[in-house]
Amino acid sequence: MRTKLKSRKELEELQKKLHRKLDTGKTRISICNGTACRPYGSNPVAESFKSEIAKQGLEDKVDFKVTGCHGFCEKGPIAIIEPGNIFYQKIKVDDVPEIIQKSVLNKEVISKLLFKEQSTGKEITAQNELPFYKNQTRIILGNNLLIDPTEIEDYIATGGYAALAKALFELQPDKLIGIVKQSGLRGRGGAGFSTGTKWESCRKAHGDIKYVIVNADEGDPGAYANEGLLTGNPHSVLEGLIIGAYAIGAHQGFIYVRNEYPLALKNMTIAMEQAEKHGLLGDNILGSGFDFHVRINRGGGAFVCGESTALMASLEGKVGEPRAKYIHTVERGLWDRPSNLNNVETWANIPLIVNNGPEWFSKIGSPGNSGTKIFSLTGKVNNTGLVEVPMGIKLRDIIFSIGGGIRGNKKFKAVQTGGPSGGCLPEKLLDSPVDFDELTKAGSMMGSGGMIVMDEDNCMVDIARYFLTFLEEESCGKCVPCREGIKRMRQVLNDITEGKGRESDIELLGEISVHLKESSLCQLGSSAPNPVLTTIQYFRSEYESHIKNKKCPAGVCKALIQFSIIDEKCPGCGMCVKTCPSNAITFMGKKKPVILDQSKCIKCRTCYDICRMGAVSIE
Amino acid sequence: MSEKVSLTINGNKYTTQKGQYVLQVARENGIEIPTLCNHEAIEPYGACRLCIVEATHGTRTRIVTSCLYPVEEGLVVQTNSPRIIKNRKMLLNLLLARCSENKVIKDLAAEYGIVKPPFREEYWEKNDCIVCGLCVRACEQVVGVSAISLVNRGIHKEPAPPYLKRAKACIGCGSCFYVCPTGAVKMEDKNGVRHIYNWNVNFKLKKCSVCGIQWAPEAQLEYIRKKWDLPVDFFETCPNCK
Amino acid sequence: MKDRVSAIIKKYGKDESQLVSILQDIQAEYNFLPRVELDKLSKRMDIPQSQIYSLATFFKAFSLKPRGKHIINVCLGTACHVRGTELILESLERQLKINRGETTEDRNFTLETVNCMGCCATGPVVKIDDEYYGQMSNDKVEPMLKKY
Repeated sequence: MRTKLKSRKELEELQKKLHRKLDTGKTRISICNGTACRPYGSNPVAESFKSEIAKQGLEDKVDFKVTGCHGFCEKGPIAIIEPGNIFYQKIKVDDVPEIIQKSVLNKEVISKLLFKEQSTGKEITAQNELPFYKNQTRIILGNNLLIDPTEIEDYIATGGYAALAKALFELQPDKLIGIVKQSGLRGRGGAGFSTGTKWESCRKAHGDIKYVIVNADEGDPGAYANEGLLTGNPHSVLEGLIIGAYAIGAHQGFIYVRNEYPLALKNMTIAMEQAEKHGLLGDNILGSGFDFHVRINRGGGAFVCGESTALMASLEGKVGEPRAKYIHTVERGLWDRPSNLNNVETWANIPLIVNNGPEWFSKIGSPGNSGTKIFSLTGKVNNTGLVEVPMGIKLRDIIFSIGGGIRGNKKFKAVQTGGPSGGCLPEKLLDSPVDFDELTKAGSMMGSGGMIVMDEDNCMVDIARYFLTFLEEESCGKCVPCREGIKRMRQVLNDITEGKGRESDIELLGEISVHLKESSLCQLGSSAPNPVLTTIQYFRSEYESHIKNKKCPAGVCKALIQFSIIDEKCPGCGMCVKTCPSNAITFMGKKKPVILDQSKCIKCRTCYDICRMGAVSIE
Repeated sequence: MSEKVSLTINGNKYTTQKGQYVLQVARENGIEIPTLCNHEAIEPYGACRLCIVEATHGTRTRIVTSCLYPVEEGLVVQTNSPRIIKNRKMLLNLLLARCSENKVIKDLAAEYGIVKPPFREEYWEKNDCIVCGLCVRACEQVVGVSAISLVNRGIHKEPAPPYLKRAKACIGCGSCFYVCPTGAVKMEDKNGVRHIYNWNVNFKLKKCSVCGIQWAPEAQLEYIRKKWDLPVDFFETCPNCK
Repeated sequence: MKDRVSAIIKKYGKDESQLVSILQDIQAEYNFLPRVELDKLSKRMDIPQSQIYSLATFFKAFSLKPRGKHIINVCLGTACHVRGTELILESLERQLKINRGETTEDRNFTLETVNCMGCCATGPVVKIDDEYYGQMSNDKVEPMLKKY
C-alpha cells in the first residue's frame, strides 16, 4: 500500500525505483484495450493473455500490460512485444497460445499477424517501421504503450509528475506562465487561442476564488482524439491541470467528460483517486503547501456543452445554454468567478513543456503553430486511427503516407476537418499545411481533431445535409439565427437531395449563412454554415447536378438514384433475393438474371453490398 | 461605482455610467433599437438578436447585442448600418416563417419591407411564440415561483409547465401574459375565473367586498399575503376601495 | 422500500450544481426518470419542478419514458455516416418495427442514436448494453439481435 509522497525527493526516489524495475530482461507485452479496439474483441483477447500467462506460470518471465489506445485502431486488437518492437495486429483469442509459445518463449515471429504493406504485400515486423507510425511525432500518445492507465506507478515510472514537482518547487507562477507563453502553445480545442495568454488573463483577473476546467466534451462526431488520451493516459491531463491551477492560483478544478465516454470516465476517476492517495492531488501536494481538488462531472448528451459558457452552465446544474462572451470567462466564468477552461490535449502538453522547456516545444511544428496535434483519422482511408503529427505537416502526408491512401483503390474526394464547425477540403488543397491559420484560410478549421476522409462514393451535398441535421438537433435553441436558420438551411438541403431543389437555393443558403455567421450567439451557430459554404465553394458542380439535373453523381441520395440489375453479370445465385428486406427482387431460376421491381425497392443498398459479381448498378 | 464613460452612437457622443449596457444608454437618449426578448424589469437574455448593433473598440468592429454589451470608453456604435439592417431583415424573415400569421411579427417585418420569407411556403409555420423566454424569466425573476420553464432544446424548445400538464406552482398573476411580446400567452378572465390556457391553469377571482369587482386571482393574493405576512383580511377590498 | 432518491441526494451533498449528476444516478437506478422520483427530488432539494423538467428534457441522455431491457445505441457520427450507418439504423427500425427513440412493444429493446462513441475506426458501430459491434452491415443485424 503506497503511502503519501510528501516531498519532491520522495517522488524522485520512487521514480528511480520504478524505473529500475523496468530493466529486468523480462519480455514485455503491451495490448491495447482502448474503446476503439473493444468492438474488435480486445477485451477477451486481453483476458486470454492474462489467463494463458497465469496458466503457464510465466509471470516472472513476462511483463504484461493492458493499455489504452496505441493509435492504429484499424488493425485492432493490437499488441507490441519487446524486445524487438514486434507489432501484431488483428489478434484473435485463438492466436494467444501461439503468440506465447512462439514469440514469447521461442522469440519467433508469427507471419500471419504482421502488418502487410498495402501495395507490395511486404511484411513489417517492427512497430516503428510501419508507415503509419514512422511518419508521426508521438510525443504525447507514444507513452500510451508503456502505461496501464489504472496504475499510477506506470506513469511515474516514465517520469510522470516530475513536471509538477518542478513547477511547485522551482518555478514561480508568473515564470511558469511565461514559459507556457513562450512555448507558443495554442488551445487544442479548436479556437487556437494562446494558452499562456489565457492563463495570464485568468491569473490577473479580480477575485480570490478561481477555477480551472478540463473540457473533455469532445462532441464532434468522428473525433475521438481526446478519448484516446483520457482513457489511455489520464494522468498526463491531470498533471497538466494541477500545474495550470498552480500557475493561475486556482484551488478547485473540474473535469467535464462526455456521457458517451464511459471508459474515459472510469479511468480518470481511478487516476484521481490514485493521485490523491499518492499525495499528488488534494491538500498540501508533495508537501508544497499547495492545495488543489478536482471534481468530475458527466455531460448529459449535448454537443453544445463543448462550448465553454454552456459547459460552465452545465457545471452549475443548469441547461447547457451559452451566454454572450463580451465579458470573458477568464474574468467571469463559472459562478461568475475567473475560470480557465482548456481542452484535454492542451492540458496534456503542459508537463512536456515544463520538462523540456519552451524552446524545445516551439521547434516542433511550424511558425506560430508550435507542437503536435492529435487527429482521429477515419473514413475511407486504409489506416484509420489516432495519429499525432507536427503542426504544419501536409494534409497529403497524413492521408497518404500515414493513412495509406484511399481504401478499395477508390479516388480521394474530400477531407473534413473540425467537425460540424469545420469544412470539407478538396484534392487541390491536399498540399496545404495543417495548422490553425492555414485551415481557417481554406474555410475550415482545426477543431478538436476529427479528420474524415471521403471518396468518390460520398455525396458532398448529402454530407452538408448530414452536418446540418446534426447541428439542428444539437442547437440549444436559445437564439433565433441558429434555431431557425439551421432549420431552414437543412430544409433547403433536404429538398436538394430529394430532387426538389430550386435555382435560387444556393444563393439562399449563402444569405442565411452570412446571417448565422454574424448574428449567432455562440460558435455553434456562427460556424454551422462552414460545411455548407465549403462544399458549395469546392463542389458546386455536385449541387448543380442535384438541382438542375436531379442527379446524384456519387449515387447516394435515394430519391435521385435507381438500383438495377446488369443482366450480363447476374449468375442467378439468388443471394440478393434472400436478403432484400422489401422482397423487391424475384428469383428467375439458376443462370437467369433476377428481376428488380422498382416500385418495391427501398434503396437500402443491401443487394449492391452483397453481390459478389458486381451485377447491381446504381444510377 | 460612478465612473463615467463616453461613447458615440450614430455619430453623436454620450456620457454615461460604467456598468450600463449600450441598449440602456440608447433608450435613455431616445435612440430607437428594436427588441423582442428585452424587458426593463428582467435581466437581458440576448436571444432574439434584434437589438444587434455594430460596435467598434480600437481597431476591432463586431456585431453585438446591445442589450448585453457593456459600455466602454471610446466605443463607437452604429445602430442602423447596412450590415445591421441586412441581418435584421434575415432575422425577421426567419421569425415570419415561424410565425407567419402573428400580427406583431408581421407588422415588425413590414417595417423592414419583409412580407414573404424566401423559404418554401409549405414550410411556413403558424406559431405565436418566438421562445424569447420572457414569460419564464418573469416568473422566475420577478414573481419568484418558477411555475414554468423552457423545455426541450433546439427547434422544439418552448415555454411549458412541468410534464406539459398543469403548472402547479402558478399563482395566476398573469405576469407572463403581460410581458409576452407577441401575444402568445393566452389569458382570459371570464365568469369569475382566470384562465391561462398555455399552462393549463385556471383561478377563481377574488371579489371585492365593497365594489364587487372580480379583480385578481385568490391564489395570487394568498401568495402575496403569505410572503409579506399581511393580515388575513388584507385583500378583502380591492386597491381602489382601500 | 429503500428510498433511493434520498440516498442519491445525500451522496452529492444536496448540491444544486450537481443536479445533472443526480439525474444520471436516478436514471441508472430506474432505467429512466420516473415522474414520482423527480417530484421527490423537487421536494427534498427545494428546487422547482419546472427546473428539473427543463433539465430532463434538454439533455439527450435522459428518458422520461420507461426504456427497454436492452438499449441499442446506433452511432450516427460522421465517420460512421460516411460508411453507411444510416442504412443500418433503417434496417434496425424495420426489423424491430419501431422508430428511432422508441421502445419495442415487448419492452425488450429501446433504439437510440448517439453522435459518436469514439470507435470511429471500426464503423459503423452499434452498441447494445455494454457490448460493441463494429463494422456493421445489414446482414449482421438479424444475428446480432437474435443474441438478445
